[in-house]
Amino acid sequence: MTRPLALFLTAALLVVLRLAPAYAAEQVTTFTLDNGMDVVVIEDHRAPVVVHMVWYRTGSADEPPGVSGVAHFLEHLLFKATDTLEAGEFSATVAANGGTDNAFTSYDYTAYFQRVAADRLPLMMRMESDRMNNLRLTPEDIETERQVIIEERNQRTENSPGALAGEQINAAQFLNHRYGTPIIGWMHEMEQLQMQDTLDFYDLYYSPNNAILVVAGDVYPDEVRALAEEYYGVIPAEPNLPDRVRPAEPPQRAERRLIYEDQRVAQDYLSRSYLAPERDPGNQETAAALVYLAEVLGGSSFTSVLGTKLTFESDIALFSGAGYSGSSLDDTTFRITVVPAEGVSLQEAEDAMDRAIAEFMEEGVDEDQLERIRTQLYASEIYARDDVSTLARRYGAALAQSLTVEDVQAWPDILQQVTADDIMAAAELVFDRNQSVTAWIVNNREEAL
Amino acid sequence: MRRFILGICLVFAGGIASAAVEIQTITTPEGIDAWVVEERSLPFIAMEVRMEGGANLDRPGKRGAVNLMMALLEEGSADMDAREFQEARESLAASFTFRAYDDTVTVSTRFLTEKSDEAIALLRQALVEPRFDPDAIERVRAQVLAGIEADAKNPSRIAGDTFYAMAFPDHPYGSDMDGTAETVAALTRDDLLQAHRDTVTRAAIHVSVVGDVNSEEAARLVDMLLADLPAEAPEQPGHVEFGLEGGVTVVDFPTPQSVALFGHDGIERDHPDFFAAYVLNHILGGGSFESRLMNEVREKRGLTYGISTFLVPRERTEMVLGQVASSNDRIAEAIEVIRAEWSRIAEDGVTQDELDAAKTFITGEYPLRFDGNGPIADIMVGMQQVGLSPEYVVNRNDFIEAVTLEEINRVAAELLDADALHFVIVGQPEGLETN
Repeated sequence: MTRPLALFLTAALLVVLRLAPAYAAEQVTTFTLDNGMDVVVIEDHRAPVVVHMVWYRTGSADEPPGVSGVAHFLEHLLFKATDTLEAGEFSATVAANGGTDNAFTSYDYTAYFQRVAADRLPLMMRMESDRMNNLRLTPEDIETERQVIIEERNQRTENSPGALAGEQINAAQFLNHRYGTPIIGWMHEMEQLQMQDTLDFYDLYYSPNNAILVVAGDVYPDEVRALAEEYYGVIPAEPNLPDRVRPAEPPQRAERRLIYEDQRVAQDYLSRSYLAPERDPGNQETAAALVYLAEVLGGSSFTSVLGTKLTFESDIALFSGAGYSGSSLDDTTFRITVVPAEGVSLQEAEDAMDRAIAEFMEEGVDEDQLERIRTQLYASEIYARDDVSTLARRYGAALAQSLTVEDVQAWPDILQQVTADDIMAAAELVFDRNQSVTAWIVNNREEAL
Repeated sequence: MRRFILGICLVFAGGIASAAVEIQTITTPEGIDAWVVEERSLPFIAMEVRMEGGANLDRPGKRGAVNLMMALLEEGSADMDAREFQEARESLAASFTFRAYDDTVTVSTRFLTEKSDEAIALLRQALVEPRFDPDAIERVRAQVLAGIEADAKNPSRIAGDTFYAMAFPDHPYGSDMDGTAETVAALTRDDLLQAHRDTVTRAAIHVSVVGDVNSEEAARLVDMLLADLPAEAPEQPGHVEFGLEGGVTVVDFPTPQSVALFGHDGIERDHPDFFAAYVLNHILGGGSFESRLMNEVREKRGLTYGISTFLVPRERTEMVLGQVASSNDRIAEAIEVIRAEWSRIAEDGVTQDELDAAKTFITGEYPLRFDGNGPIADIMVGMQQVGLSPEYVVNRNDFIEAVTLEEINRVAAELLDADALHFVIVGQPEGLETN
């Protein structure tokens, strides 16, 4: 039931350890077609399966003001008719070939993928390249599919107090950048989305010079190159593709605080969000240190700093965690969450959290803990190789977020090089209350205060 | 004394894609049956263990004991308290997952080849010598109680709890295995020791090992992990009939989108018509974008983001279930469409084109599932649990291909009954009559 879905990267409480040290470099080949389309081929010949993905370097944070949700709406509409396919025929054809397909939208990208027997790759490329240029929408498509995305928002967000609170936190965190607007859109703007809004977006951004092709699995680079040239290479580049410059954040000079009240909240909790740098081309060291910082502070509920101080050495927290993902085009966030134990107020929990952070800044990183995290990051790289889709996503997302293949391949080693001093320097950089949002998510405001 | 029996080797080649998965069935020197796939590409091993019994074996008045017990296995064992145990696990970069279900408790692990012995020794310690320290019990009890409180405000969980309570009033299936706030609060350390003795056993155990390991080494690891578990377990509860008649139950809950769970009686996993029913469900609402319900409810009318139906053959009962969510003012229309489609497929059957398309998808998708050590281990232990042999991997698509139009339409008429559907709706639906 996940088809056309939005990927909410910043919603998770806990960061997933996505990338890790080099075990042996995966077999990756990259090249660029004459029309500017980037191609990444990842070989894995264990099973005769292929994952075919096309990533557009365009996500919800690239939308013009007033039409929030249009990137995601368009993603749904790409499963409608083209010049040569009827509405729904794309997925039906994938299914008729024993494959599965889906798509997802994030702040920084929109991606479409199929998982299918390797010998069906040409058919996938034919259909995917077709819908890059030849979409034929009808007014009925717009009316019906708009209802679907509204029900999607109902399901993901309106029915979830945690998701509603998350929207308010992001909106408060980003004063000017579009990361403050939900990927799926604000409801009042979704209700007004028109066909022209989607077509304006489609005509400009769905172009080979704005796209990355990732093919992973039982394939060879030469064969992928020939097919890519045949199907994607013939599509003309978009000459008016704008530079990808988004409204930047002004200096953030004041701490923000909010209380979100919802009677559907079962357990009051607090969330602290700090503005944080992301992985940048050729400059991933700070982000790598922040990955460790999240692990050190709140990665394990047993052995992390917050778990130790708030749960094992005191009875403050039922749960605590920290999260950071460096995968972002522009500045992202570092987050801490605390769910107070029975009888502990949010104020007491927040005070204890801030004391724990202050103590950590004095005490520094425990070397044994650091080594355990390093070992786990090393192993997670090996485990990641078990799923070629994970590798495909890793490259697609990175390239869509301005990183290079070299950056992706350097990342595991950069992670292994992080020192305790790096982590403390990153903590000094990020823990600036003037760049933070503190949210209390409560069932009943009067009882919580 | 070494009893090491190497079973049949199978190479699976069929469908659109073919995957070479060589399954070896072994009986270890200690007498434990396991399925092994040797796959040397990556230097790690995945192992899955399922023990039959699960939360169904909660003792009277002790609902939630098995669930809480399983959650405590990672909280200290032998000479290690919770944090020492976790530090040891982190140093090995191994993952251990302990889960309770109605019919089973499960153990999943993944570890680097070079750390095999240390990882298995640590996991064995958790299974065989758990400490159930008082402070760990209280900490995890508080987490479970918070989860129960959260479920009480989660529309999907409310729908499930309501539905199963009405369908199975006198069976463990009718109550949430997490227990209630009252039963969980009352559980003692002795109750947890009892639950451990009842359910973490090798009495009815299924094991799979996949990865950088040969069958002899796998046998050694399996014995190291499981040989010391008790060989006896209590008797399990009997089969239970689905006890809910057609109708609509509304649970008032203030939220903008109503969540519905619906269903009726189903079909056993070993019934001769099971494969026909499986293909039928795929066509009706089996989760693909091409299903009739997805087409009618989402694509044509925009009434939902997703709708799907499932055959649910559990160990001791069987159901056909579905779920959908629509805003409060549109859920009534969604239910009307679902009922109409349920009747239409029961009365008119499916077309040859639909049957052909469903077979192509189902048979083509099957080999794509065997795409990693973790997934293969999981598939193999699931097959063992429902009593399938390794040959099933080779034959399964033939069973699907053998389903005829006549057969599937007979099964549609026998299995699907719109009047028998009971809908549990959580939200504030408009324009619905309840009964």
